[in-house]
Amino acid sequence: MQPEGGKPRRLTRFDHREVRAALLLCAPTAVLMLALLVLPTLAVLGLSFTDAELGVPGFQFLGLGAYADLFTDRAFLRAFRNTAIYVALVAPASVVIGLVLALLIEAEVKGRAFFRSVYFLPVVSLTVAMASVWQYLMHPSFGPMNLVLQRFGLPSINWLGSSDNVLTSLALIGIWQALGFNLVLFLAGLTAINRDLYAAAEMDGVRSAWSRFWTVTWPMLGPTTLFVVTITMINAVKVFETVATLTQGGPSKASEVLLYTIYKEGFVYLHIGVASAMAVVFVAVLLVLLLVQTKVLEKQVHYA
Amino acid sequence: MAPALVLKHVSKAFGTQSVLRDVSIEADAGEFIALVGPSGCGKSTLLRIAAGLERADAGEVSLAGVNVTDTRAADRDMAMVFQSYALYPHLTVRQNIALPLAMRRLSGFERLPMIGRITPSARAKHASIMADVERTAEALRITELLNRKPGEMSGGQRQRVALGRAIVRRPKAFLMDEPLSNLDAALRVHMRAEIVSLHRAAGVVTLYVTHDQEEALGMADRVAVMIGGRILQIASPEVIYTDPEHIDVASFIGSPKINLLPGKIVHGGRLFQAGRYLFSGFSGPERDVTIGIRPEHLFLSTEAHEDSIPLFLQRLEFLGSEVIAHLKNQNDGRALIARLEPDHASDVAGLKQLFASATDHELMVFETDGSRVRAAASVADGAASYAA
Amino acid sequence: MMTPSSTLVRLLRFGFLAVGAAIILFPYVFMISASLKPPEDVFSASLSLWPEHFSAYENYSKALTRIPMVRILLNGALVCTAIVVFQILFALPAAYALAKLRFPGRGVLFGLVMLGLLVPIHAISIPLYAAAQISGLLNTLAVLVIPFTLSVFAMFLFRQFIKAMPDELIHAARMDGLSEAAIVWRIILPNAWPAASAFAIFSVVAHWNDLYWPLITISKTQLATPPLGLLFFRSAEVGDDYGALMAATLIVTLPLVLFFLFAQKLFIEGVTMTGLKG
Repeated sequence: MQPEGGKPRRLTRFDHREVRAALLLCAPTAVLMLALLVLPTLAVLGLSFTDAELGVPGFQFLGLGAYADLFTDRAFLRAFRNTAIYVALVAPASVVIGLVLALLIEAEVKGRAFFRSVYFLPVVSLTVAMASVWQYLMHPSFGPMNLVLQRFGLPSINWLGSSDNVLTSLALIGIWQALGFNLVLFLAGLTAINRDLYAAAEMDGVRSAWSRFWTVTWPMLGPTTLFVVTITMINAVKVFETVATLTQGGPSKASEVLLYTIYKEGFVYLHIGVASAMAVVFVAVLLVLLLVQTKVLEKQVHYA
Repeated sequence: MAPALVLKHVSKAFGTQSVLRDVSIEADAGEFIALVGPSGCGKSTLLRIAAGLERADAGEVSLAGVNVTDTRAADRDMAMVFQSYALYPHLTVRQNIALPLAMRRLSGFERLPMIGRITPSARAKHASIMADVERTAEALRITELLNRKPGEMSGGQRQRVALGRAIVRRPKAFLMDEPLSNLDAALRVHMRAEIVSLHRAAGVVTLYVTHDQEEALGMADRVAVMIGGRILQIASPEVIYTDPEHIDVASFIGSPKINLLPGKIVHGGRLFQAGRYLFSGFSGPERDVTIGIRPEHLFLSTEAHEDSIPLFLQRLEFLGSEVIAHLKNQNDGRALIARLEPDHASDVAGLKQLFASATDHELMVFETDGSRVRAAASVADGAASYAA
Repeated sequence: MMTPSSTLVRLLRFGFLAVGAAIILFPYVFMISASLKPPEDVFSASLSLWPEHFSAYENYSKALTRIPMVRILLNGALVCTAIVVFQILFALPAAYALAKLRFPGRGVLFGLVMLGLLVPIHAISIPLYAAAQISGLLNTLAVLVIPFTLSVFAMFLFRQFIKAMPDELIHAARMDGLSEAAIVWRIILPNAWPAASAFAIFSVVAHWNDLYWPLITISKTQLATPPLGLLFFRSAEVGDDYGALMAATLIVTLPLVLFFLFAQKLFIEGVTMTGLKG
């Protein structure tokens, strides 16, 4: 690992026994890292500049042109836009509702553990299984959701079968599933707030629960909130199971999302060059989200 | 007899920050040496280097005549007591104390749970370890704690277990890193006596790091005063206190602190303090010096005489067996402190103005670089030197 | 907290939480109800939860026999267990080195951990798939485990956890004669237990749920994990036999839900600690 002959003096900073022990402890992981992370990542980067197809011998090197092609590809752009819409629906709703529920549970003495468990249930339920349940619930003719609507004299909705509704319906399932996760994180953040701060606010004349929230809870919860927002967005960008189970991107590609499109390009159409370029863009999106989080966090260090 | 533990010319720097500068200590067999100094003076680093937990940039460590500079901590056969005790939280007291024995006496296979005890010889070894643990626990009176975990014990109890883990394997040296600093005051005084008697019983050379000078003076055979990465003096507690070699030793050791007054050695080797002639016998050129007087050597009286210093009495601090007088020099406004017998204190209480004097041979004179300077033949009587 | 809330406020709060809980439970209730009903009852478009004709036996026996359900559940358990064990086995020593030892290359290794946190399996699935195909591992249980034996997340989590452990503990162990490997397994592992169990929960939930990688690499029903098995069941099932489908969903959902209900504290603590990655 040490550059040969480069700066041998730097070695004196280390204790050779410690170095040997450390390298031995890290060796198995380093090998795995090379095989399972570094080389595949480099391979994807390399493939992304080509038009390689699995089973077709030979390929062309397209360079950045591959990415230019990607951003004129209507199917990809639609997947990108659909994913963005899905994230925009799921993230704010599941964060806000999660926070409100956490505040209510924190304030309510009765049934705390019960509510927490109930709201958490979807997190530990198999996504593919629950997607199947939602498919039944959302069935246009005999699905209980439409039956409930009819009971209240409202028109039925074609939840998953109409290209106008499908993303919203998937988002509903996404919110239902993410809620408990966010709630538990917010509860942890709330318990970590020093009780003395509430006492101090009371002494300073903060009277209503509303102003108590804005003077103490919300600022103290800053890092937690930022974290929950980021993680929810990242998870929403990775939406796959519900789409693969319920819609396969349909109807008429209205629910094509990034990951499902990558899967189809790579493993159904075997366009591994294109799929790799999409994968790189996908990682770039995740990177942007994480960078934004870090930047915002840096500005808020005083809360931490 | 060869010294039991030797640190020779040890230096250490962290980055550009030099922490130890050419430090040497020679400890005899069975000796108890306290390393005392303000925080950040490098005493803990020195202890870790002795232990083998940290490597010195230069210098060497030898134990019982063997150079162990390149030997890893596990193979040096020293035991250490840490400030935080560093007990293994997941193990019971019994397992904590047994661990160093198990690592040394049992093979890897014999250490395995259950099947490790399959052979009769392994069973015998396990039994002997347990017997040693029991004996140690008895000596420390922690037998009833043996099945508890560290989290379920008080600080004092954890302290005893940490000591037990160190003494159980009869190491070649004990290293203790501020072992009492997390205890409350009463317990600390008690544990001092206990550690000293454990040390006597074991007869093993001990290096004891502390920032508490009372601990150092009260427990050690010799005290090493470390300041700024150097050992300024290493000597018996009595010599360290009464005959310091350096102004920093004089002012670090002793509570309340030694009084320091500006002085001057003039032509003829005569020492003056604020214009008053004190005594002579110094050599070298004319120069400024500092004069140190321990608070108990400052004699207060209500009447002025020839070379006494006029003072304002500001406050008396009654401490029971003694009284601390906070004073102010009328000439230069500097603060001075005197330690008085309670009887004497009642004589001066209520007075505003007092006069201080001191016996010449109790004064310590230091050069501006901090080193001690002594008069060749100190002439006690000022009048006599006037006549000369 | 401050002043006790009025009864009205408490009632509203409780009511709101209860309605929310009902919405969350809505799918479960209908899943159980439909799993007991024959197709006619499901199609009858009635909101009644109690079936008019019981057909639980038919539904559940279909769910258990149409696909090798027991085998699939065992596959899931086996794969998840193997993954967790390997992940901890590999990650813990490296995390200890990253947290407490100084060695050249530590920065590079930690940088790779951060890279790994960023790049999900989905993004690098193509080369991994190609490698699996070349090495003939497609359609084996091993292929479901191998890509996940390295968990950079475990390395990150353990590193943070071990960093917070006092250095003196490790120094004491060295003085007591433990080698660095012995320190990892005898001192670090038992004390990193909260992190390890939290991570185990996180890992099991993630891999029990994962559909993407099994979908790509497994085409034999015998080797399917629960999510993939359910997809096979759906395609094997002609028409809208929701009763049988709901029975199957219930069966594959139940193990983890039961585990959660029995070890709730562990789960909640696990999520709180590992919330970093969903």
